[in-house]
Amino acid sequence: MSARVSSRRTRIDEELLRESLEINRRGHNGWRAEVLARAAAAGGTAAGRILSFVLTVLAAVIVSLPLVYLSGGDGALALDALIAGSWGSPIAAAETLVQTVPLLISGLAVALAFHAGLFNIGVEGQLVVGALSAGIVGATLPLPGPILIVVCVAAGAAGGALWALIPALLKAYRGVHEVVTTIMMNYIAFNLSTFLVSPSGPFVSSSQPSATEKIPIEARLPILVPGTRLHAGLILAIVLVIAVAWYLYRTPGGFSLRLTGANPRAARGAGISVPQTILRAMLLSGALAGLAGAVQVLGLFGRYFDAFSPGYGFDAIAVALLGALSPVGIAAAALFFGTLDSSAVYLQAQAGVSREMVGVVSGLVVGFVAAQPAILRLLRRLRARKARTRPNPSPDDLDRVLATVVPVPLADPDDAISHGLAETEATR
Amino acid sequence: MSILSMSLVIAAIHLAVPIILPLLGGLISERSGVMNIALEGMMLVGGLTAVVFSFLTGDPWLGLAAAAVSGLISGAALALLTVTLRANQVVASTAINLVGAGLTAALVPIIWGTDGTTPSVAKIPPFVVPGLSELPVVGQLFRELTLVDYGTFVLVVGVWWVLFRTDTGLRLRACGESAESADSAGIDVVRTRFVAVALSGAFAALGGAYLSIVILDAFQAGMTQGRGYLALAALVFGKWRVWPGVAACVVFGLADALALRSQIVAPDIPHDLLLAMPYILALVALATFVGKGTAPAAVGKEFARA
Repeated sequence: MSARVSSRRTRIDEELLRESLEINRRGHNGWRAEVLARAAAAGGTAAGRILSFVLTVLAAVIVSLPLVYLSGGDGALALDALIAGSWGSPIAAAETLVQTVPLLISGLAVALAFHAGLFNIGVEGQLVVGALSAGIVGATLPLPGPILIVVCVAAGAAGGALWALIPALLKAYRGVHEVVTTIMMNYIAFNLSTFLVSPSGPFVSSSQPSATEKIPIEARLPILVPGTRLHAGLILAIVLVIAVAWYLYRTPGGFSLRLTGANPRAARGAGISVPQTILRAMLLSGALAGLAGAVQVLGLFGRYFDAFSPGYGFDAIAVALLGALSPVGIAAAALFFGTLDSSAVYLQAQAGVSREMVGVVSGLVVGFVAAQPAILRLLRRLRARKARTRPNPSPDDLDRVLATVVPVPLADPDDAISHGLAETEATR
Repeated sequence: MSILSMSLVIAAIHLAVPIILPLLGGLISERSGVMNIALEGMMLVGGLTAVVFSFLTGDPWLGLAAAAVSGLISGAALALLTVTLRANQVVASTAINLVGAGLTAALVPIIWGTDGTTPSVAKIPPFVVPGLSELPVVGQLFRELTLVDYGTFVLVVGVWWVLFRTDTGLRLRACGESAESADSAGIDVVRTRFVAVALSGAFAALGGAYLSIVILDAFQAGMTQGRGYLALAALVFGKWRVWPGVAACVVFGLADALALRSQIVAPDIPHDLLLAMPYILALVALATFVGKGTAPAAVGKEFARA
């Protein structure tokens, strides 16, 4: 399909989306205000997004500071160590980017599913299976270096997608909520991967317990900056940011995915197969998660280690939400959490802050993002009280807002995610 | 040694109770219309709180009580987010799970200076039932179960009775089926849901405390191992009803117990694969038996008075 046709298609799709939102809100008084409010809640404008990003991060850090003091650490020292440990030297900066890569790719995985109204909490398991697949393929297939890299990366993506397949099928065709099934798949992945590289497992290395054999050097992702651990996974991550953004906002496939997330009923009305879209979104999300794991194996460790992930897949939820589900926002959010991760060791030594604090901060970030619509509602009510007689938003406003299409699952708690179940069931 | 024995039954009960307690919590919350996938995080908080208070006071019962209070607090936090502030229920729950897991793991080294596992504390002792414990075979059961196990049974009956046999339960379920109708009938939906979610936290926290001071005598980071989610699976599988849900928990507990036992009886079977049994079982159950239209109609829907 030529670029022009595809862009026209996208424009038509935007109209469709607008129409569907209208249908959805008709019968409500002032549905336009509603759409605007939702866009605002999602940080519709660039400035709004940046502001809500910064405020969320600040709030999370401030709330976790008492814990730092409680642990005998010094808050000011901790902030100092945080900067020094992550960006204080070129080597530290490279290490921060190394930590950012898996968070960024798995954050994209969470976001992609979110756009379709799916809460893929199984990214962690898919990441582990992707890493394992890449590790096994890399250690066993006798292929020349560059080809083996490609095969390993593909194996990682395939492994992750495979691990998302069962929850995807159950959600799409039987209406089983994906949260429960993906969690179950997580625990199965943890136990299975531990077994496969355990002493009685089939893939354990002869020299290294709880790991696969090493992948030949030629089949690993090349190091970008000599003397550091920064590898080509960073380039892959950046390419993926662009690819996901392009897919979501510039292709019919991405549009049908977002429409399904925004309003399954309207999607069905527009002739989109909701189960197929759910399947597609979940598999793509799993493939991204698998890539995140494969990149760790191929770029960082050179082999699969049992329990190598400190919970990237869970922190990825915070990354995706903090990034307001936009690929660029996710890159920024991943950088923030990468900074926390890479300074964690330093923080522990310098300011007595334990590594687990990163988990607390991600939880707080998710909590603040969850509370955002309420906070914005409160702000709007205060403003409305000041200016009682404000006119209804004009259609121009609406166009402007729709141009920055809204990650609706976040903006409207009443919508897709919680209702996905009922909606999918209604399709059967 | 036979794999089927009284010890197996006892192990199954011990492993079913920490799923049954959060199941009851999830049931109360979801029947009121709030999806609670934060059971896991609340269990962890309860588990650690129980150990802290048993450590400080030397009385495990105080630990259990403190755990329940901690659950009320984490439940209230979720209620504040979802019911009062009308945040997305799944996202808010995830926040509680992440904070619960991170906070409990961070607090252990802060309090004891040890990494990951707390020192041993006083645990709840078994309750020897006079007379019954003298019986052959089943006597073992009445020597090794604790009052908490009997208490859990009472709670199951109690929750079933309140939810399905009283006006309070009817009102709560009305909020879960149609908040608007409940509201127009004069029920305070927001208050009902708030209380229900807070209570669900207390049940989940008791489940966590059961793991840390009834089965074991210490807290370990991440020790719940997904039992809060297994409870959710049991909830869905049991179609949001008490007894089928409890039955599912018993099956999960039995699978867990069998996995542990076969380690001794059949050491050839890889241990890690056996540990995955309950999760595989839950997945298979969800895949095969779940029909449609069984969830409370208003679950996941926020409510605000017009």
